Parts: sequence; C-alpha cells; structure tokens
Amino acid sequence: MKVNTTINGMKRILDVKPDEYLLDTLRRHNYLSVRRGCDTTSCGVCTILIDDKPVPSCAFLSVRAEGKRITTVEGIPKEAEKLSEHFGATGADQCGFCNPGIALSVYALKKSQKKVTAETLKHYLTGHLCRCTGYQSQHKAIKEYLGDSNE
Amino acid sequence: MKISNYHKANSLQDAYEVLTESRNHAIIAGGGWLKLSSRTVEKAVDLSDLPLDYVNETENAVEIGSMTPLQKIVESESVKSLCKGMLTQAVAQIMGVSLRNLVTIGGSVVGKFGFSDVLTPLLAMEAKLVFYKQGEITLTEFMAQRGRTDDVLEKIVLPKTKGTGYFKKVAKTPLDFSILNLAVAVSDGHYKIVVGSRPSVATLCEEAMDYVNGKKTLSDDDVEKAATLVCENVKFGQNPRASEEYRKELAYVYTKRGLKEVRDCES
Amino acid sequence: MSKNYKTVNVKTPSIDGKGIMMGRPAYTEDLAPKDALVIKVLRSPHAFAKIESIDTQKASELPGVEIVLTHKDFKRNAYTRAGQGYPEPSPHDKFPLDNYVRYVGDEVAAVAAVDEETALEALDLIEVEYKKLTPVLDFEKAKENESIIHPEEDIYEMFPIGFDPKKNVAAAYSMEVGDVEKTLKESDVVVEDSFYTQAQAHVMLEPHTVNAQIDYQDRLVLYSATQTPFHVRRILSQTLEIPLSKIRVIKPRVGGGFGGKQALHGEMLAAAVTKRTGKPSKLTYTRKEVFESSCTRHPMRIDMKIGATKDGKITGIDCYGLSDTGAYGEHALTVFMVTGSKVLPLYNKVDSVRFHGDVVYTNTVSSGAYRGYGAIQGNYALESIVDMLAEKLNMDPMELRQKNMILENETSPIFEIMGEGTEGTAMNMDSCKLDYCVKRGMELIDYKNKYPRRKTDGAKVRSIGGAIAMQGSGIPYIDMGAAIIKLNDDGFYNLMVGATEIGQGSDTILAQIAAEQLGVDVSKVVVYSSDTDLTPFDPGAYASSTTYVSGNAVLKAAKEMRSMVVKEAARSLEVDIDDIEFDGTTFRVKNQEDTLSLSDLSNRLYYNEDQKQLVATGSYYGTKSPPPFMAGFVEVEVDLETGEYDILEYVSVVDCGTTINPELARGQVEGGIVQGLGMAVTEDVHYAKNGKLISSDMLNYKIPTNLTLKKLTTEFADSYEESGPYGAKSVGEIGIDTPPAAIANAVYNATGVRIKTLPVTPEKILKGLKEKEI
Repeated sequence: MKVNTTINGMKRILDVKPDEYLLDTLRRHNYLSVRRGCDTTSCGVCTILIDDKPVPSCAFLSVRAEGKRITTVEGIPKEAEKLSEHFGATGADQCGFCNPGIALSVYALKKSQKKVTAETLKHYLTGHLCRCTGYQSQHKAIKEYLGDSNE
Repeated sequence: MKISNYHKANSLQDAYEVLTESRNHAIIAGGGWLKLSSRTVEKAVDLSDLPLDYVNETENAVEIGSMTPLQKIVESESVKSLCKGMLTQAVAQIMGVSLRNLVTIGGSVVGKFGFSDVLTPLLAMEAKLVFYKQGEITLTEFMAQRGRTDDVLEKIVLPKTKGTGYFKKVAKTPLDFSILNLAVAVSDGHYKIVVGSRPSVATLCEEAMDYVNGKKTLSDDDVEKAATLVCENVKFGQNPRASEEYRKELAYVYTKRGLKEVRDCES
Repeated sequence: MSKNYKTVNVKTPSIDGKGIMMGRPAYTEDLAPKDALVIKVLRSPHAFAKIESIDTQKASELPGVEIVLTHKDFKRNAYTRAGQGYPEPSPHDKFPLDNYVRYVGDEVAAVAAVDEETALEALDLIEVEYKKLTPVLDFEKAKENESIIHPEEDIYEMFPIGFDPKKNVAAAYSMEVGDVEKTLKESDVVVEDSFYTQAQAHVMLEPHTVNAQIDYQDRLVLYSATQTPFHVRRILSQTLEIPLSKIRVIKPRVGGGFGGKQALHGEMLAAAVTKRTGKPSKLTYTRKEVFESSCTRHPMRIDMKIGATKDGKITGIDCYGLSDTGAYGEHALTVFMVTGSKVLPLYNKVDSVRFHGDVVYTNTVSSGAYRGYGAIQGNYALESIVDMLAEKLNMDPMELRQKNMILENETSPIFEIMGEGTEGTAMNMDSCKLDYCVKRGMELIDYKNKYPRRKTDGAKVRSIGGAIAMQGSGIPYIDMGAAIIKLNDDGFYNLMVGATEIGQGSDTILAQIAAEQLGVDVSKVVVYSSDTDLTPFDPGAYASSTTYVSGNAVLKAAKEMRSMVVKEAARSLEVDIDDIEFDGTTFRVKNQEDTLSLSDLSNRLYYNEDQKQLVATGSYYGTKSPPPFMAGFVEVEVDLETGEYDILEYVSVVDCGTTINPELARGQVEGGIVQGLGMAVTEDVHYAKNGKLISSDMLNYKIPTNLTLKKLTTEFADSYEESGPYGAKSVGEIGIDTPPAAIANAVYNATGVRIKTLPVTPEKILKGLKEKEI
C-alpha cells in the first residue's frame, strides 16, 4: 500500500504492508535512530513524533501515517545537540540506546509549551526506560535543557 | 496480529458494514496491543478518519469519542471535573505518555481486558456507551454481553454528577499492569464499588454496594463490613503478579480506604 | 588526595554523547549490510528432550531460504559461550547446535532467508520429532538427580573445576580458614539462615545482535554487540575451525551489556551461515529471545551461619552456597567463587571462615555473567545476617559492622586462597576508606535520627536499612589489557584500545588518562576501540577491569609516547633530552628562548626531516585486584496494611580511588544502585510448570522506572590507589551490590519481617506481617 507522509519535513511516499509498523518502515528507509528495544511497547526506545506527539513506532501501523508528519531525531539535529550538551554535563549519557527517544519526547514537551514541574516531568518521561543511568542524571540534564530553552 | 487487508472507514455505517461482512474482519482502535495478538484478520477496519476523537461537554454529560487517545483524556479539564478526577487519575497511571497517545478509550472499553484500568472507574461512574447499531446501553449491560462485539462504538457518555470518587491502582511499577485496581464513587448518597484486574475483568461489588447503600450514614464498622463483603463475594484469582489471598487483602484495605475517603469528602 | 590534574578527575563530557543523541548510525544493527540474510532460530518448546529426527527439506525448499542449519551440519566441538580468557574456567558443554535440547528456548535449528518473514515461515516448516525427557527444574533437587542433563561424553573441563556432569554438577568449590565448626561452637552468639536470590535478567535496551560478512580478502568479518571481541574471535576460530587470522570481530557502539554480552549469543550461527553461504547475514534477538535464550544471573541458595562474642566481635562465618547454572555452565565456578571471595573478606577479623558448595545444572535458562557476578548474591545473604546478628547482640548493626569490617592496610587470607577459577593473590588493602564511607553515609541518611523507624501517617512507617560491599579491579595475572598511541601530523593522537566501550564510558575515561599524561585536551586524543584487526588485545569489559587494567595500559603507552616526542624534540632542537621542558603542546629548552610546538614537530616528522611514525604501546596485567568499597543506605516507607513500600532515598558513599571522570563514575554507581534495586524490589522471575519462562518480556518482567525511587545521593570518598592509573580503582560493579540487603534490612526495621527470598515484594511482607499476628 502507498502511504503519503512527511518525514522530517520531507514528503515521502512509502510502500508498506497492511500489518507493518512504522518502526520497521522507518528503519528500512535508514532512519536508524528509531530503535527496536522490546517488541511490546514497554521501553520507549522506538519513540517518534506523529504530528508533534510522541508515540511508540513499534505499535503504530505504517498505513496510518497517511497525511501525518513524522519526526525522528534526525529531524531535530539542533535540539538533539543541545540536549546532548546537558547530558554530557551531568554524565547522563551511557549506552545512549534510549537517548533519541528521550530527545523526541523532551522536544515534544518543549514544543507543547506546557508548564512542567520536576514531578510532572518525571511522569511525562516514565515511559522511557533506561537500564544504565538510574535516571537522576537524565532528569537533571533535561530540566536544565528545558530551563535553558525557556529563557 | 496478521492483517491481510486494510480498510479506512469513511462513515460509521461503512465501518459497521465492513465489520459485519465477515467474522474475520475486525476494528482496530489505537493498536497498542495488536502485536501481542496472534490472530489473523482478513480485513482491518480503521476508524481514525472518522470524527471520533473528542471530549465534549453537554448539559448533563461529558462525552468522549471512541477514538480519543488516553492522553487527551488525561489532559481534559471536563473529565477532571467528574468524580474528583477519578478517571483522569486512573488513565494517567496507564503506561507512558507515548503509549497513551496511541491507545484509545474505545479500544480499552471494547477489549474488555482483565487488566484494564479504564473499565473500573467507568463502571463506578455509571458510564453509558453509544454504539452505531445498538444505540445507547450502559457499560454494565455491555460488560454482561458475551462474545464478539458486532457493532461500532461511537462514544462514551459520562453523566455529570456532584459526586466524588476514589481510584487506586496497585502495580509493581508504573509501567506494569495492575495487580488490582479499585474504584469507589458516591453520588447523592449512592455508592458504587468496583474491583478490577482481580486478575479477571472489572466488576461491580453488588453485595457490598447493597449493604452500604442500605445505610443512612456510614460508620467505620459499616466500612469494614463492606470491605469484608467485597472479599467474600467478588471472585479473585491468582497469576504471576499476585496470589488470590493478596488480592483479597488489597481489596479489603483499599475498599476501606476508598469508602472512608469518599464518605468524608461527601459530608 | 588532591592532585593538580588537568583532565583526570575533572568534569569531562563523554566524547561520543553528541553523535549518539543525534541518532547517528552506531550500533550493530545499524551497520548490517542491507542485503544481509536474516537468521531466525528454531527454539525448543520442551525443557528437556532428545531430537529423534529433524527434517528440513520443506523449509529448505521455501523460496527465499538460503540455508537451514541443524546439529548435523556441525562438527561436535564442545565450547563454552562464557566469553572468558583461555583456558576457560567454564566447562565446554555446549555445541553450536546439538541433538539434545536442555531448556525451553534452546536452539534446535537456524534458518537464513532473504527476509524475516520468509525465515519465520521456514521455521514453521521444519519438522522435529522430540523424545521428551524428564526435566530438572528445581535446583535444590538437581544434584545426583536420576535425570542427567548432560549425558554426552564429549564435553569437558579445561582444568579442574569440580565438573561432574553425571551428577548434574557443573562446578564445585570448597575452602576453609581455621576450623569454622569449632569456632562457631565456641561463639557466644550464633545466627544462621538461608537466603534465596533470583535469576535477574540484564535487560540492556539493545538486544543481542550480530552481523557477518566475507570481505574482499576472503576473511570473515563480524560486527557484534559484544563485551569481548577478542574472546569471540578465539572461540569462533576454535569451534568452527576457522584460522584465527581469517576472522575479524568489530564491536560497534553497544547499547548496554552488564555482563550479558560477555557471552556469545548469535555469533556462532551468524558466522556459520556466512562462512557456508559466503553471503552477509544478521541475527538480532527478539526481546523474548533475550529473556528466554541468552543468560541470567545465577539463582542461588546461600546458607549463612555467623558467630560472635557477646561484645560483638564476629568470630566465624560459615557459608554454603548452591548455585543454579541452568542448562549450560557459563561462569559456573567463577560466579560462585566471587560469592565468597568478594563478600566474606568484608569481615576479615574472624578466626575461621568457610565457603563451599556446588553449582548445578537444571533445565532452565542458562546463567552467566551479570554485573555483581556472585557478589550481589553473597552480599544479600551476609549483610542480611549481620543485621540479624546485631539484633541478637542487641547492638546497632552499623556499629557491629564498624567494629568488624576490613580497614586500610589490613588484609584477609581469602584473597590469597580464592581467585576466579584458580588460586588468588595475597594483597593488602592499600586504599580502603570503608570506615569513612559508613560514617559519611550515616550522616547523609540522618541515621542518628531516622534509625530504625518512625511512624508517619496512618498505617505507614518509615525506616532505614544499610549494607556495605566490596568488589575487585580486574583479575590479577590473568587479564591483560593493551593500548597503542599513534602520533599524527599536526600533533594529535590516536588511541587504540581493545577495551570495550559498552556505554559505561570507557572510551572517554581512557582518552582522559592518555590526555592527562600527554598534557593535551581530550579532543586531541581520538579513540578507536575493540576491533580485533586494528586494536591491541584486551580481555573485554568484565570483572571491573577497564579503568584499572586497560587504564594502566593506556597510561604506560602515554608515558612511552611522551618520552618519544620529547626525544624527537631534543633531536630537532639539538639539545639534550634533559634540557627539554614539555607541557603537552610546546617544547621549551631550559634557560633558552627556543621553542617548538608539538604540531610543528609532528609535521616535521611526517613531511620534512628525520621522517618516522611514532607509535607507543603499553600493556598491563594486574598483580593484585584492589577492591572498591561502598556503604549503601536506604530509607523506605512501608504501608503496614498492604506491605507496599516506597523508596524515598538511596545514599551511596563509594571508595573507588580517584574518579577519572566524576560524572561518569557517579553514573556507574547510580546505574548500579537502581539495577540492584530492581533485583531487590520488582524483578521477579516466573516459570510455568513445564519449565517455560513466563516473565519473558518487558510487560511481565519489570525493571525500575524513573519513579522507582525518589532520590539518589551519591558521594565519593577521598581515596588514592597507588597501583591504579592516577589513583583509580574500578567502579563498574560496586554500585549494584548493596540494594538487596539494604532493602531487606530496611523492610525488617519497619515491619519486623525478614524477607529471605528476593525480590522483597509487598505480598511477601504482608504475608510475614500476617504470620506475626498469629
């Protein structure tokens, strides 16, 4: 099936099967920042943005991308770079497998201009599992990034 | 789930017709759990083009379109205003934001999943369902229907009440299914008690409700008696998350706490 | 010990964080050739069975299927997946494919096809006849069970490890200092109990993945998410009988390992497929395969018996362990030995100590290396029983620890007796700030005011629990790491290390060590790691060895390089070496105006005069394994009516010597703590009656989330280990050890219920509370 969609600002026509998920479609088209972690929508590493909202690409049927805007971390290089500086400063990057997904959720949050407290930020990011850091350094980095971008 | 063909419905009628053409046709809602199903579907009917993604307020109710993602419900002020935000609280505890952006309330209701954290508060709030063919039925009636749902859910109607509510989810981590969930609601002195993920699907605790609703005022002893009735009359089971005994203990404690909280809130 | 370092012990962002965050292709699966055959593995539905027949004809004939492999396609060369040095202390008890299947999920056959769909379809077409055998699922009934899991004759141990497969024993060990039975009999107070630990899963977010291809020189090239590329190369060569020189293993960016990627997983089958077909192939485990068919932490029963005098001197510890290695014996002996050797020396003033027991086979998922590596199991048992002893002595448990624990300049006879699979190495604790860690930890958690418990609202009680721990820094006399530093024109360096970056930040900290010695900014040291063709040898990322062992190798190479450039500068400036002062970028002649920049020197060396390439090599093996130490404290709030509890704060005070990179060291500790909390609190393992793992996905196996605990407080003791690079010891594993005991102790202090089987679940607590009422 043909799907008309926009990926990172570029119009693309994708050829997909009716039971194919965006995770597979995107990886096949070399959007390799979209990662496969758990197969059960449990871990967050496959997160992408559909019309600026984070969704797990492993459960998003590719046919449903018709007319939608897809964003992967390749589409927000400046924001990702800036966030990486904060991660670097707090020692929050370890294996980094979960980082692109987190970057997208954080970017979506920032774009939504919702006011967040430290506690609501935690709840907002709960779906992103990390087995390396213990989370606290990530949160510190993200808070600083959001603080920065609010200025 | 294996899907051979995909059909994007252009109207409720279209969805209904294609769904009922064959038992191998199915509606896909948000699709959050599609991967976990080993079923083969000849034709998947997608409702996402229909205007079913909304939370509207009418004079007497809050109406939620069946294709409304859970996160939209979390963020809705209308929903928050009902029963002390009971549904908001329940939905906000379901997995993470990204999955909640995908999973729809309609899918959560029609799936009748044992682990559902949505059905429990909805039952306590006396939710009604509007189907394309059946029209409006109560959620309780829907829960009693057996077998495949040969109809298309349009919306969920939550009556506006002045009542208050209590919801509790017990789980290992915020990303886990409930070991048990429990809702207590009271409106005009009328109590509802619902237990879900026991691990089977949510159910009203009729005996405990009858007992509580037969009282003019609710003493602490009455509360304990009601909690005991929940444990005695609701069927609990075991699975790797917890034993039957532990579920009963939790149901007892949280029925007590829930009843006390809403009672004290009411007075 | 404050030294004026410029790079080491200075806040330095990781060198690869930006590219990783931006999602640049870096991980193994990102680098697989687009046309790679997809390998899928047919796995056993039975816990124990003999394959009577296997028919692959229909599968082979399916269009798009390139090859189907079964046990008939492999020569019977027994090997171990463990991924250890050679000769391995693990039994060679595994075949690439076998005619027996020994757990649900064991490999039966492999298919390589043009795409995943075809490969999966082909799996369904393979016809297997099994003769079901009686599985051994209870590890306490495994030894001398009439069902023998490894009846085959062609398996063996490389040297004596107590391997006795006819009795279902993979390894056994026993040691005793003094006469422990006599000591305990004579002790005023004796406490004993049994503790059970579960098969924790690693749950690194990147699943096991490998891809293989034959390059234009007709060599087999593997990209693998492994912690041990050099061991992988050796094991493939030995097992598949491919000359070592014909194999290259490249480790790309790895998405977490924690010991799980020390072992070989898909490598053997991918290598076999590509070797036979000449075509590129890839094998990525599904998450279910990661749970069901890789490896876990060794579940154990640990019987602890501890004695003391009335005034609280610990006199003796008797520890019996029974460890469950599952279907195969990876790390059977060594994990078991660490349960004693990196736990029991904490209380070094005892008169006698014994450690003994068996490691048995069962028909369950194989156990293997996992961060903590036996120490976390032993720590849970010992640090629980020390609290129990303190209660019996009517003494504060921290005071009991302070009175008996190991201190600086002390030793324990255990160090000399127990190594990893072999004898150990005697050593003094030249750096040990455990006393400070305990004292400071008590301050940070406000022990004085909060121990043991305080009542809060309604049914809730807050309480404190603590534990101390030690680990090691590499395996002395066995693990050797090496580094090469190359000077480039314009005056920057390449650092080539075999050391294996798996997300822990080793590339960054090794660059820092080199940069410190060379006097340059970290950006002038370009790191390339873990490629068997291009980097020198290293055992890999395990045994808490990278900072200490590989770090020392880098330091030696950097010192060598520094003297090389100084020598060349002296030649160029036509002065004596001793007259050169060098700050890393500029050479100055003493008492003269003459200067030469490193950049100019380099350009001269490569383009103009005295042309030559400067390359320095350093290699290092430890002659001891200086332990890092820590004290961990947790505050919990327990609901006495439901047993549920919240973790309010975890305080860690760690002595790991100098922190080469303070933020990354904190990351290692905090990540370890939260992983340890997972084992302590939520990570429950369930098997069905037929031996099938139920908790085989992330819906059913629950690792900590960002809401698992409210606050982590982490500090480092001021400590300097003379033998380490810039005073550093290891920090990769120490963080994981204390949470199980600290949680169990805190829960006991809140409820009076002692949980002796991990994880410490609310249900177990409530059951204990109910039993107390009766």
